[in-house]
Amino acid sequence: MNLPRGALGVLLVAALVVAGLVLPRWLVFLLALALAKGVAVLSVVVLMRAGLVSFGQGLFFAGAAYAAGFAMRWWGIREALLLVPWSVGLAVGLGALAGLLVARYRDIFFAMLTLALSMVLYGVLIKAYGVTGGSDGIRIPTPTLLGLQLSGDDARLVVYYLAVAATAAAAWAVGRYAAAPAGYLAHAVRDNEVRVAYLGAPVSRIVYAAFLLSSGLAGLGGALTALNVGHVDPGLAYWTTSGELVFIAVLGGTGTVLGPLAGAVVYELIRSYAFKYAPYAWQMLVGAAMLLIILFLPGGLWSPVERVWRRAQG
Amino acid sequence: MNQLLIIAVDGLVFASWLFLVSVGLSLIYGVLRILNIAHGSLFAVGAYAGASLVVAYSTAGLWAPGALGVLLVAALAAGLVAGPVIERGIIRWTYGREPVMQLLVTFSVFLILEDLTKLVWGVSPYYAYQPYQLLGQVRIGGIDYPAYSFLLLLVAALTGVGLWWFVRRTRFGRVVVAVIHDPEISVAMGVNLSRVYVTTFALGSVLAALGGAFTAPMISVVPGIGVEVIVLAFAVVVVGGLGSLEGAAAGALLIGLVRAAAVHLLPVLELFTIYLVMAAVLLVRPLGLFGRVEARRI
Repeated sequence: MNLPRGALGVLLVAALVVAGLVLPRWLVFLLALALAKGVAVLSVVVLMRAGLVSFGQGLFFAGAAYAAGFAMRWWGIREALLLVPWSVGLAVGLGALAGLLVARYRDIFFAMLTLALSMVLYGVLIKAYGVTGGSDGIRIPTPTLLGLQLSGDDARLVVYYLAVAATAAAAWAVGRYAAAPAGYLAHAVRDNEVRVAYLGAPVSRIVYAAFLLSSGLAGLGGALTALNVGHVDPGLAYWTTSGELVFIAVLGGTGTVLGPLAGAVVYELIRSYAFKYAPYAWQMLVGAAMLLIILFLPGGLWSPVERVWRRAQG
Repeated sequence: MNQLLIIAVDGLVFASWLFLVSVGLSLIYGVLRILNIAHGSLFAVGAYAGASLVVAYSTAGLWAPGALGVLLVAALAAGLVAGPVIERGIIRWTYGREPVMQLLVTFSVFLILEDLTKLVWGVSPYYAYQPYQLLGQVRIGGIDYPAYSFLLLLVAALTGVGLWWFVRRTRFGRVVVAVIHDPEISVAMGVNLSRVYVTTFALGSVLAALGGAFTAPMISVVPGIGVEVIVLAFAVVVVGGLGSLEGAAAGALLIGLVRAAAVHLLPVLELFTIYLVMAAVLLVRPLGLFGRVEARRI
């Protein structure tokens, strides 16, 4: 994560804050969705930096979203500042459990086991109609902030700023993680796991830690999405959700924090239009784009820019 | 006693279906060392090809049992067209890259094929029940079974024996075994690697399409049937050991019987049985029942 973080980060957050006041409402809503998705994409990126591809981030994404739904439905909690930590906590708990099994595996085993786990959750969400509302899902009423009742446009804006704050926090956390020993070691595990083990570093703990961080980030993305959309349904756990996150991670590249976030915003904008004009060809376009990027721009769409930037810096 | 018989029959029928849909995945992995996520959509393509041809055949009012042959032709056609195109067009450019990248490439192919099937066959369901009805019912242990289930058993058995014969008894099969063991030495001995790869991929695709075509009469063919299949097939293949044909058979039997037992004894667990079996087997034997240990690269 080589871009100068501090200054650029503050600038971007400021730009997003201003954007919330200036841009039309529908665009702000779209931006909030994109940021929530961007945080979830970061969860995929954290794993990818350790050489692991997860096709099952939907497990935590949907788990956290439903956690928010249940908290509202059963206990009547509508305070956003309580709901988000509770959902993220639950996602990390799920991650701690799933990680016991999954973090032992690499490559295709890791990918397919995560996929299998998320499809189990999908099956449960569909079938346990009495608890989860089946394929109808759960409606999530407008949250409150610090006990303040919000309505209409105000609520939208508050959720947007919540997403901005959470995204900034997540980006900062991932940046810190990447610069910390655990992050560097995760990257080393990707290059050569056996050597890392021979150097005396605890490989399984490193991978487990990456997995926990990743589940928390995916959970944060899911909780924000739930609050933003006002509705959760089993589709959040479906493989298409997880696959989309992987795609955006490939699109944005795994070398930076901003790449995936920018990728999420661009993706969401394009999708909202493309879906209208080509509903049955959208996945095909996504697949073709992913193929082209993997074969010709393995560092992500961002990578040529990054190269120029680095050359300019000497 | 009766219940045991029912569980055994159910389990065998489900196991034969599992074997049909997963053996191609194992074959491709064994030779190319690539987990082909697009296997699921090749299954779907086979199902659509089979269903649409059977519907056309039946409305034409031709000799009814011929519909079974139509299923076979549909599978062959779908696999032999799609397989080589995918391998020559896309997969071959990824040989030697990281496994994770190869996985993403087959995932991209999967996404593309999912929408291609929607564009070609539309999104409304196909019902190709004619072969299913044709065979009628069989009574075992006081319960009526659709005879079609036993046809599936027969097809799976024939596929398994045919593959075994192909791999162990034909010249090309032995070349394939040599490539599985050591691609570099095989090339040094004059094996045409690309030909082995494209043939294997085509064969694996035909097997996926065969599974799809013979499944079509039992279900309504709708978009999205490919995903569950790839997850199931992966579970089966992992339980048996990736790349092993015997393993695919053993994994299919184990999962089929356990699932049938769960359906009759503990229905709550039905959804999880496959994953529980997979997790249990992997905890004891991380490479599956028939998996071979590979040297670690330092």
